[in-house]
Amino acid sequence: MDVFEYAPAPESRDAVRLRASYGLFVGGEFTGGGGAPFTTVEPATGEPLAEVATADAADVDRAVAAARAAQTAVWGPMPGRERAKYLFRIARILQERSRELAVLETIDNGKPIRESRDVDVPLAAAHFFYHAGWADKLGHAGFGPDPRPLGVAAQVIPWNFPLLMLAWKVAPALACGNTVVLKPAETTPLTALLFADVCRQADLPPGVVNIVTGGPGTGRALVAHDGVDKVAFTGSTEVGREIARTVAGTRKRLTLELGGKGANLVFADAALDEAVEGVVDGAFFNQGHVCCAGSRLLVQESIADEFVERVKARMATLRVGDPLDKNTDVGAVNSAAQLARVTDLAAAGEREGAERWSPPCALPEHGFWFAPTLFTGVAGAHRIAREEVFGPVLSVLTFRTPAEAVAKANDTSYGLSAGIWSEKGSRTLWVAERLRAGVVWANTFNRFDPAAPFGGYKESGHGREGGRHGLAAYLDV
Amino acid sequence: MADEMTERIPVRKTYKLFIGGAFPRSESGRSYPVADADGAFLANAARASRKDVRDAVVAARKAFPGWSGRTAYNRGQILYRIAEMLEGRREQFAAELRATGLDGAAARAEVDAAVDRWVWYAGWADKLAAVFGDPAPVAGPFHTVSVPEPTGVVGIVAPDGPLLGLVSMLAPVVVSGNTAVVVASEPAPLPAAAFAEVLATSDLPGGVVNLLTGYRAELAPRLASHEDVNALDLTGVPDADAKPLAEAAAGNLKRLFSRPADDWSREPGTARIRAFLEIKTVWHTVGA
Repeated sequence: MDVFEYAPAPESRDAVRLRASYGLFVGGEFTGGGGAPFTTVEPATGEPLAEVATADAADVDRAVAAARAAQTAVWGPMPGRERAKYLFRIARILQERSRELAVLETIDNGKPIRESRDVDVPLAAAHFFYHAGWADKLGHAGFGPDPRPLGVAAQVIPWNFPLLMLAWKVAPALACGNTVVLKPAETTPLTALLFADVCRQADLPPGVVNIVTGGPGTGRALVAHDGVDKVAFTGSTEVGREIARTVAGTRKRLTLELGGKGANLVFADAALDEAVEGVVDGAFFNQGHVCCAGSRLLVQESIADEFVERVKARMATLRVGDPLDKNTDVGAVNSAAQLARVTDLAAAGEREGAERWSPPCALPEHGFWFAPTLFTGVAGAHRIAREEVFGPVLSVLTFRTPAEAVAKANDTSYGLSAGIWSEKGSRTLWVAERLRAGVVWANTFNRFDPAAPFGGYKESGHGREGGRHGLAAYLDV
Repeated sequence: MADEMTERIPVRKTYKLFIGGAFPRSESGRSYPVADADGAFLANAARASRKDVRDAVVAARKAFPGWSGRTAYNRGQILYRIAEMLEGRREQFAAELRATGLDGAAARAEVDAAVDRWVWYAGWADKLAAVFGDPAPVAGPFHTVSVPEPTGVVGIVAPDGPLLGLVSMLAPVVVSGNTAVVVASEPAPLPAAAFAEVLATSDLPGGVVNLLTGYRAELAPRLASHEDVNALDLTGVPDADAKPLAEAAAGNLKRLFSRPADDWSREPGTARIRAFLEIKTVWHTVGA
């Protein structure tokens, strides 16, 4: 069959004015940092983008003090209806500056512009909009008539959805009357620093949002700081464990949103075209850098061969390449270090006996790239079935009965997400009731909404973000 | 040449009805004079007829599927947009309210409270299902969930207070997806008529809110007896007049609500939202 080639449809970089260097945002001002500055790199090219300040212990101290002062004097005492107006302003400014934010996110992260434009930025704005509405309705949220904030929240976020994870953290914290010190990921600090400018445009009182950039040392100093009342972390389960140990024995509240090994369960009676779309999206959306990715495909044995062929055919049409091209489906892996981890785990898959397949796909010469990859013949004991790859790698396993599907899906130390594909509603609900996962999608995957709580069972973390339930993470309840 | 001697003559506004997103005069061609607090003439307001009531109900019914079918998030954005548009016209509405007899400070306070009221209700759009709906833990293999839904077309008879009462009655009706036919304050209809201009510039689909000015005694009974109106908020009706309206409303078993506020500026609570919700319980079997 003849196919027409796509013409390039590059998004302009002109929406963004990059500065040569960026500072911390403390007490409403951009300041230098005491640590050695680091460089953030464009994953699609490997080229440096900007130099960014590193916050040392003294800087973290300053930021926590600024947050405390703002919480005590301004933000805490402010009536909810007035706090709400600031959050609405932030939501509106995010909407107004959506193009700039989307382009910057794509440049700094490597994700396709289509995704940052259509998912990350609109959802970030929606998160502020949603939580703005809670700021003056906390008494209706089911936690008593007048729930109080915790105080100062230390928030550490990952690089896979930089602005969106910022929104998930900052919006509920502020709505509930807390102030924050947020540390963006070392490889993706730029949209957080642009968000600081959004806060300034909104005339948010100084110190309510403070942003400290840096590496793991900055994160440790922040999490361990005596002046914070609450620690919220999204990232790897390993770092989550370390943070839980750090916080152990203190009065700090803790919520963790960690790794996952989500399963997509495809039954023989599923609408197969839709299931193929969902499975491919579940595994390769955002280059697989998704904690709730459907990185395991559990397909009913009677349709397994046909289904895998269909998945492969769909994978072969994924467009891998320039993240700023509006046709691109799969962008760059976020960093050299992450590329090494993905490469290593995929090699382990082959060594352990699974069969590896990727569609023919020319990868760019520079930058960090990994072709969409599928493993068949995967056993439950293989590392690629147990460990979070956090890259564009899908492992295929099979099952015969619904009970076996549930057992295999639950055979993991994680418990974040799962997908069920079946046209039979009663079975879908039967399976959903038995899955030990915080989010279960039926005949869809990767749905996010500020009104819907998100979070994991087991070692995928504790606490929820979003919805009425997410407020509990930032209230003294 | 004679500029400094010639006083500029203001351009006056024609106050009209608001039906289906348009601003018609009454089909009857009638109007009635509206005076300020000192009895001086302000304007002729449209005096809506029974036919205007029917047209307004038709428009509200037509708008209902679209409005109730919007996502809650979208409805919230539009309600917030109403607040933004009203904020931008604070001076205009303060002047409208001063003309009804409020002093400057009271007029400004009422406008500010009206803006904040829209902001408050805007935030409810995507939360009311979480607060007023719930899963039902039935004793059997069923997935059962109860969700609030809008009741339909709601008739609103506004109180005499010109703006805040109207806003406080209207916002909780439309936030959940209901559409509305409003009978404005009879003695002070002009702020309500002007408020329709805010609604018309807020991305609110035409017909979601329809606003009639005229004689309450003439219009309210038509609304109360109309077979295609699902609920009625009689808060603006004096107690003595409420009984016949409630009796007329019984014809198609309209949901009735009437709760005058002694102080409209207080945070309203959720009674008005709940009054215009239905609860739908959906059962689904569970089994492998």
